[in-house]
Amino acid sequence: MNNEMWATLYVFVLASFIGLGVIRRVSRLLHTPLMSLTNAISAIAVVGAILITGGDYPLRIRILGAVALFASMTNIVSGFLITDRMLKMFKSEKKPAGGGAERS
Amino acid sequence: MTPSVVQLAYLVASALFIFALHWMNTPATARKGVYAGVAATTLAVGATWAEPTVGHPLWIIGAIAAGFVVGVPLSLVPLTAVPQRTALSHAFGGVAAGLVGTAEFYLRLAENPAYLTPFRMTALIAEIILGYLTFTGSLMATGKLQEVKWVPQRPVTFPGQNVFNFGLFALAIVLAVTVVINPTAPWALLAFPAIIALALVFGVMLIIPIGGADMPTVIAILNSYAGLSAVAMGFVLDSKLLITAGALDGSSGLILAIIMCKAMNRSFTNVLFGAFGQVQQAKASGEEKVYKSETIEGAAQVLEQANLVVIIPGYGMAVAQAQHKVRELYDQLKKRGITVKFAIHPVAGRMPGHMNVLLAEADIPYTDLVEMDEINPDMPQVDVALVVGANDVVNPAARTDKSSPIYGMPIIDADKARSVFAIKRSKNPGFAGIDNALYFSDRTWMLFGDAKNVIGELVKELAGGSGMH
Repeated sequence: MNNEMWATLYVFVLASFIGLGVIRRVSRLLHTPLMSLTNAISAIAVVGAILITGGDYPLRIRILGAVALFASMTNIVSGFLITDRMLKMFKSEKKPAGGGAERS
Repeated sequence: MTPSVVQLAYLVASALFIFALHWMNTPATARKGVYAGVAATTLAVGATWAEPTVGHPLWIIGAIAAGFVVGVPLSLVPLTAVPQRTALSHAFGGVAAGLVGTAEFYLRLAENPAYLTPFRMTALIAEIILGYLTFTGSLMATGKLQEVKWVPQRPVTFPGQNVFNFGLFALAIVLAVTVVINPTAPWALLAFPAIIALALVFGVMLIIPIGGADMPTVIAILNSYAGLSAVAMGFVLDSKLLITAGALDGSSGLILAIIMCKAMNRSFTNVLFGAFGQVQQAKASGEEKVYKSETIEGAAQVLEQANLVVIIPGYGMAVAQAQHKVRELYDQLKKRGITVKFAIHPVAGRMPGHMNVLLAEADIPYTDLVEMDEINPDMPQVDVALVVGANDVVNPAARTDKSSPIYGMPIIDADKARSVFAIKRSKNPGFAGIDNALYFSDRTWMLFGDAKNVIGELVKELAGGSGMH
């Protein structure tokens, strides 16, 4: 194993710790949106799919790439859209809800 | 060689992904997190597209457009269908990783076998195994959640299941080792597709023994696998961006799975080794017990007298689509100056956080949604606990009955409230077949009927009553 590979392993270990630290602080209210957001984020596999689809490779290889690109793109689009749609619904009490003024 | 500008774009994208998750720590900043995520992904896609080796723009545009065509409708599903949408997107993520891995293998094998070092081959095999098993596993989970006809809803178990599954997995590992050692050998060309087939079958086998109540854990685990397959792809492609984003996703799935396990008092290994659903094995209780039922009018009167009402929702609320009626009830009670809180158990519903999203959809402020650990100390002061479609998560047997399959599971202490109303569809025992001691308590009155109808009637009763003031 050369240095480059060790570097990627370091990135993996450090990123995992960052992930554990950051996710632990995510509000429990938001676990469903969190899941759809991480879905969209892990669709970063789109990078690999683009490299395969766009390369000067045999047709069957590029077809595999294009299907993967389609699948990742679906996740990116639907993941971010639905996360935002759900998050929009989370409102604090401040807004003028019916009967809010009568609360004791 | 990748130009520095592209590398810089990847670096910025990695940082933005971390910010995206950081901003999820409170609902106030969460939407910023989505924008950061979109920015990061756009940056990464743009930078990759700009790489000198990438051509065939029509192919790329076509595939991206197809992604939009399918992705947009998928983001508009009703919120009760979010668990199956999430499972389906794990399937998409899995198949994408699997296909890229497959393409990489055949490509490098033909053009540059020296690229397939043992390190990269190990990563590549991990990528395709995780990718394809996540694909079929998530499809099965989607089918179960969507209640597709040909997918069995109930856990499917058979003797020697764990041995069989372990055998499949061990076989895949043995084949994997041979391919890693010598990817150019003639048998590798046979072993590679065999590994794919085994991973596909393994994914199905992993999910069929799982019952509905374990779905939150399973979805979290599949989420983690999808992330880890992206990490593995990162190792193959030497892409630190993929590794970072995948690791974030992997740890997110892991943490959610651990939270779900703790909330069901299951060990993580117990879940990982496919003993799902075993806990659901019901035991019939011998003695005949009697429910006390209450009329809508009576329940409305008690609710009107209360100072503090806690509503405990469960999957039944989602099934009955009762969240909007619950909101009307909430309004009626608030109007009378009654404090209303919602007690949310971590595994209520079919995925982590399911109840919160449904209640938020019904416009209930998230400040009134309270976690189990926070509400339990206050339960003795609660005048009325109203159980809407929840069952196991309020079963006091989890605290007291050592022989109960759910013994030790943390529950919402509904039984400690001054009075309890439980809405239940019928007098039959629940899906799990476990008797719920709460229903037979002195302080509990049952309201039989569909959750949506019962709450609708309650609202009507309360609204009628207030008109007479």
